[in-house]
Amino acid sequence: MTVETAVTGASGGPVLPAGQLERFLYEMAFIRRFEEKAGEMYTRGKIRGFLHLYTGQEACAVGAIHALEERDRVIAHYRDHGHAIAKGVDPKRVMAELYGRVDGTSGGRGGSMHIYDTSKGMMGGYAIVTAHLPVAVGLGLASAMKGENFITLCIFGDGSVGEGEFHEALNLAVLWKVPVIFFCENNLYGMGVSFAESLSTEIPKLAAAYNMPAVSIDGMDVLEVHLETKKAVEHCRAGKGPYFIEAMTYRYRGHSMSDPELYRLKDEIEEYRRRDAITSLRLYMEERGLIDQGRWRELEERVERDVEECIAFAEASPQPSIGTLFDHVTKESNGG
Amino acid sequence: MAEMRMRDALREALREELRRDPTVFLMGEDIGAYGGSYSVTKGLLEEFGPERVRDTPIAESGIIGAGIGAALGGLRPMVELMTINFSLLALDQIVNTAAKLHYMTNGQMHVPMVIRMASGGGSQLAATHSHSLEGLYAHFPGLKVVCPSNPADAKGLLKRAFRDDNTVVFIEHTANYGFKGEVPDDPDFLVEFGQANVLREGSDVTIVGYSGSVHQAMRAAAMLEEQDEISAEVVDLRTLRPLDMDTVVRSVKKTNRAVIVEDAWKFGGFGGELSAQIMERAFDWLDAPVARVCSKDVPMPYNRDLEFAALPSEEDIVEAVLAMF
Ligand SMILES: Cc1ncc(C[n+]2csc(CCOP(=O)(O)OP(=O)(O)O)c2C)c(N)n1
Ligand SMILES: [Mg+2]
Repeated sequence: MTVETAVTGASGGPVLPAGQLERFLYEMAFIRRFEEKAGEMYTRGKIRGFLHLYTGQEACAVGAIHALEERDRVIAHYRDHGHAIAKGVDPKRVMAELYGRVDGTSGGRGGSMHIYDTSKGMMGGYAIVTAHLPVAVGLGLASAMKGENFITLCIFGDGSVGEGEFHEALNLAVLWKVPVIFFCENNLYGMGVSFAESLSTEIPKLAAAYNMPAVSIDGMDVLEVHLETKKAVEHCRAGKGPYFIEAMTYRYRGHSMSDPELYRLKDEIEEYRRRDAITSLRLYMEERGLIDQGRWRELEERVERDVEECIAFAEASPQPSIGTLFDHVTKESNGG
Repeated sequence: MAEMRMRDALREALREELRRDPTVFLMGEDIGAYGGSYSVTKGLLEEFGPERVRDTPIAESGIIGAGIGAALGGLRPMVELMTINFSLLALDQIVNTAAKLHYMTNGQMHVPMVIRMASGGGSQLAATHSHSLEGLYAHFPGLKVVCPSNPADAKGLLKRAFRDDNTVVFIEHTANYGFKGEVPDDPDFLVEFGQANVLREGSDVTIVGYSGSVHQAMRAAAMLEEQDEISAEVVDLRTLRPLDMDTVVRSVKKTNRAVIVEDAWKFGGFGGELSAQIMERAFDWLDAPVARVCSKDVPMPYNRDLEFAALPSEEDIVEAVLAMF
């Protein structure tokens, strides 16, 4: 198998310590399995509504989010399970949310598209395309005005760039010099419309037009994603304003569970599977003697066990009681 | 006549209008290659080509604005906004431009455009994806608002919408797409706006609904007849603007009781408008205060049981009716 990705495919010594590489490998494999399992549970009727799986794009969440510190924030679109997990949200609670149970991140009221855990800096889960980009700018403003210097990593799909709010957010971010990383996961499609048919230019050029540093990177290469996001983090942390990253990636599954996939060919999926992020990193580590077959099997078994634990946790979690229906419509406030 | 589902009836209407009028064209997110999020436009791209069946980027405000311009330029656009939830991004263009130009230009301009969108909860899509905003659109003078409950109406009303010289907001409840019924195949079959449909005759109470709630009203009426020997009349409004209040008032004067059913929230909702108009025109005929059966006053939760508790049910309608006797 040939590896074509830029960093993982290069020769030379490992660019990150072995422990960190293994952590990336485990986490990508975990998210992959978590998503496959969620898909399975959807077909068994355990999970309902819209479910958008992240398989194929794992390198983006894992590579980018681990370039952050704990106090930094992540705000994402509705394809959000992987982002939440990489940000440290307990995956058992993510699965319970997909099941709509009390132990879910929102007690079962949000569902798959709306995963929030503010204690971990996971600010959501937004199902209205592009709605969270201006919100990220506001988080950046709060960080700057309160001198807290946390960074907001704002993740969205290629479909966002056609919305007016995308442009409003980028312009505001530069004008106000906020510490926000705009991270576009370009998986080539917004539902069934190919990206090539929905934008008259290239995405990084849009950001550059607003005077923001912008790069396009290989989103199937976790190491490239990680190293490039680190540069963005340094830029933001130094108070130099926002930064834009377009990560070229691919989703293996349909847009959601109800996608008939009339718009793409199986060959295309196979082509991207040949550049799979998990396989690429494993080969990279094998070539450098950092992992062997036995260790990989151990990791795979651990992944399997940990995902099963998520399912067991979600299954055991109770349904929310009807009496809670009216809780949290507005926050209790005494005006003081 | 042929039996078909509402989504197929809508497709038939679009196909016939595209054939009939060369100025008609469709645009929207995923209406082409994807086949439409609810399969309404499936196959139309292949039949009419990308010039007349346009896939657009995700840009609701942009495509409604462009639809307005195309209409001003002499075309008859149908813009699909996928769902009513995303129509909020285009609300400004719909309300401030489409609904205003005819009046503000003293009749020089008009905007013949059809805006289609899916609506309603009940599919566990949670708070951002479960809105019922028919009443919101009905609030604005200058717009027409259509909400069919069955396949024949869907076809006849949609074809009628393409013949209107105003902007028609055409709202389809997702629960109705799979609903089957007999549909005329006459290409000149139209359903006129502003004509409510008495779906079931009765003498004890009038249940008024539109879109998805009509089916609940019918089931409730059957339950009332069976269990309580109460004879309910069911009125399907079909269009909220223009509104056929005459049919509603005539029915209420006969039954002396009215229950309004809608998926939307009660507070500030369209049911309040109906209730007020019934009071204004039939106060002396009422044996009980007008009742409203609506969604609970909360954003829609994802969890199945919570969502079920938040939405109106036929049991709620029955209960509201029984409370009047
Ligand atoms: C404002 C708005 N318009 C339309 C939709 C329906 N919709 C949901 S996801 C999607 C495609 C978005 O694609 P992209 O941003 O590329 O993200 P991906 O699904 O590829 O991760 C669309 C059109 C929506 N949720 N919000
Ligand atoms: Mg995409």
